[in-house]
Amino acid sequence: MIAELGLAALWLSAALSVLMMISGAMGLRDVASPHALYARPASVVQAFLAVLAFFLLLYAFAITDLSIKLVATNSHSAKPFIYKLTGTWGNHEGSMLLWVAVLALSGGLLGGLERRLPEKTMSATLMVQGFVALGFYAFMLLSSNPFERLPVPALEGGGLNPLLQDIGLAIHPPTLYVGYVGLSVAFSLAMGALITRQVTPDFAKVMRPWVLGAWVFLTFGITAGSYWAYYELGWGGWWFWDPVENASLMPWLAATALLHSVTVLAARDALRTWTIMLGVLAFSMSMLGTFLVRSGVLTSVHAFAVDPERGSFILGLLGLYIGGALVIFAMRAGSISEGKRFTVTSREGALVFNNVMLSAILAIVLLGTLYPLLTEAFDVRVSVGPPYFNPAGAIFAIPMFIVMAVGPLLRWKDDKPARIQFELALLAAVAIAIVALVAILGDYSVLAVLGLALSVALGIGALLPLKGRNIRRVPTATWGMIAAHFGVAVSLFGMASESAFTSEKLAAMAPGDSEVVADWNIQLESVDPVAGPNWTAIEARVLAARGDEEPTELGPQSRNFWSPPQPTSESALVTRWDGQLYVVVGDSAGIDANGNERWQIRVWWKPFVTFIWYGGLLIAFGGILSIIGRLQVDLKRRSAKAQGKARRADVEALSGDKPGSTAAPEPAE
Amino acid sequence: MRLWFAILALMAAPVLAQQSMPPAPYAYTQLEDPALEAEATELMETLRCLKCQSQSINDSDAPMAGDMRHQVRSRILAGESPDAIRSWLTQRYGDYVSYQPEVSSTTWPLFAIPLLLLLIVGGVLFTRLGKRRSDKGTE
Repeated sequence: MIAELGLAALWLSAALSVLMMISGAMGLRDVASPHALYARPASVVQAFLAVLAFFLLLYAFAITDLSIKLVATNSHSAKPFIYKLTGTWGNHEGSMLLWVAVLALSGGLLGGLERRLPEKTMSATLMVQGFVALGFYAFMLLSSNPFERLPVPALEGGGLNPLLQDIGLAIHPPTLYVGYVGLSVAFSLAMGALITRQVTPDFAKVMRPWVLGAWVFLTFGITAGSYWAYYELGWGGWWFWDPVENASLMPWLAATALLHSVTVLAARDALRTWTIMLGVLAFSMSMLGTFLVRSGVLTSVHAFAVDPERGSFILGLLGLYIGGALVIFAMRAGSISEGKRFTVTSREGALVFNNVMLSAILAIVLLGTLYPLLTEAFDVRVSVGPPYFNPAGAIFAIPMFIVMAVGPLLRWKDDKPARIQFELALLAAVAIAIVALVAILGDYSVLAVLGLALSVALGIGALLPLKGRNIRRVPTATWGMIAAHFGVAVSLFGMASESAFTSEKLAAMAPGDSEVVADWNIQLESVDPVAGPNWTAIEARVLAARGDEEPTELGPQSRNFWSPPQPTSESALVTRWDGQLYVVVGDSAGIDANGNERWQIRVWWKPFVTFIWYGGLLIAFGGILSIIGRLQVDLKRRSAKAQGKARRADVEALSGDKPGSTAAPEPAE
Repeated sequence: MRLWFAILALMAAPVLAQQSMPPAPYAYTQLEDPALEAEATELMETLRCLKCQSQSINDSDAPMAGDMRHQVRSRILAGESPDAIRSWLTQRYGDYVSYQPEVSSTTWPLFAIPLLLLLIVGGVLFTRLGKRRSDKGTE
């Protein structure tokens, strides 16, 4: 019954998204139309049904219902319970259902909560949201039905990829999806405003919390994913420029640009067309990422060509939505003026500069991700990796970081650089001093040295807006900006430090042997077999001591899962404030001269590597502060308005007018 | 007769390698000289493990990645330059093995487009920001 209920719920929500679309279109033609009333309730109910469908699938995974094809292929009765649950989205159909459920939920929240926009714009927005949702419901129902039954229930499931049997799978995909799909609201709002020619600061104020919310989740999801890959893959890498990672980075870059642009629109009524364009771009990148990850095109272009159903479906949706949005944009862009003017040396000027830089970095990542796929279609296989992305990205990232350090110090509209010459000189001096210092210390790569210098300058620059202000009076949203910018500096520092100062030791060790890595002394005590619920492993007992301190005991494991059979490395970490020790045990390395069995031990000391993820968390925290700050201001304004209204009503009542006869008709809200 | 045994042993070696032969010496062992090891690491980080999905040979437990690490380290030790090793590997396995694309008839857009992008960025910045100064007075 569960599967049938789930499928029915999906079909019903697809039908409701059609209602949402039609009713939205009616409202767009005539706000007073009686048919326009259905868009909001339809959006809320379809959200409820889609989320219900997702929870039904979750339940099917929880009880390991092996009569459902998806559960039988991807789950196993002997798996720990938490991984049974997270396995729901560790496969194609389940993760698409999560995607669609989040899409429906954002549409429902939009329809249910958003009361600040003119009704006509709201109708157009819900129409677009319904249209987008319909496409993805169709994709689910026609080519990726998660509730398909097996003719005969399976005796046992196929199991989940062991790399995915980790708490990382519980956090990373859901947060990332909320971010990806939350951007659909930005897309719909942008289209709604464009269709009704309402690209105003009020519209930007409505759009901002949605963009910020999606961006916070994206930031958190990428940070969590990076840390997950770092400790799970067993070689200490935290970013691989892998197409799947790039697929999550691209929407983030677009959303970052969008969020700054929408702030300028809200505060200064400038950058109208930019904001709309970036709103379209951000969600387009989300859809492109989904296409890349979900179509199978990454494993092999040829595999995709052999079984192109799903891939071409998403590609069709991608073309329809992006193409449609661009056509509307082209038709309407002329009628939206650019908005208020400003000079180069103003805060808007700096923001425009960095938005262009972010877009350029996005273009580089897009090119490097798609180009190998393109050539593979013509049977030429090339690889594009760090040696390409790092320098090509740095061309635009370095000017961006410089402007980012200075931009928040500038005033809106117009400013004189001479006013902040002390700050400029300070930041430049710090950066130059660090470059000189690191160059004296040793021979490091240019990018790492520049990264270190820029990160410190940026960190100071991020705090400078506080100078000369009463700390208690600084608005929450400003704290948000400071936290996020400081987070970028922290993260950049971690990346540069890790790439410049990491020490590595690979050794074949017999129990009793010891090795030295940086200032750590590593001793292998023993190696023993251990067993878990669905794996067996060998576990090394390693004592790690820094200098003369008391040794810490570590237990890295080399695991062998049996369903499906696959080995994984479980690294062991010692976290200190200034870095992380990373220990992995590998296979047996034969017998040494004394007849003892030796084991491959890999150890890294990675100075300040943790700052990469602390920084990511700080950036996300800054986003949260910013949302809180805006909500505070909004609530304050609302209560002030309400008070004003009450006072006016009192005055009217006192002056003896008949109340009600002069009152204007209340808007629907 | 002895030669025959030697040939047979050579032929048998790859079969054994498929099963449980211990990894090649330099697959999991660093070079003694830290400067040479740094050179090798830098190169290994930019070579693709052909049996894995998007991992460099420096980040992989696959046997093939181990063999390639051994190749790289022993060639570095023998005094070959990283560039020479890279071109030897690309001759053997194709361009796909190197994460560092070289300008060629198939990869030129990878380099031309960023240059074009620089021009576009310059153009956009000039029109969005450069013009403002002149029409500031009209506002």
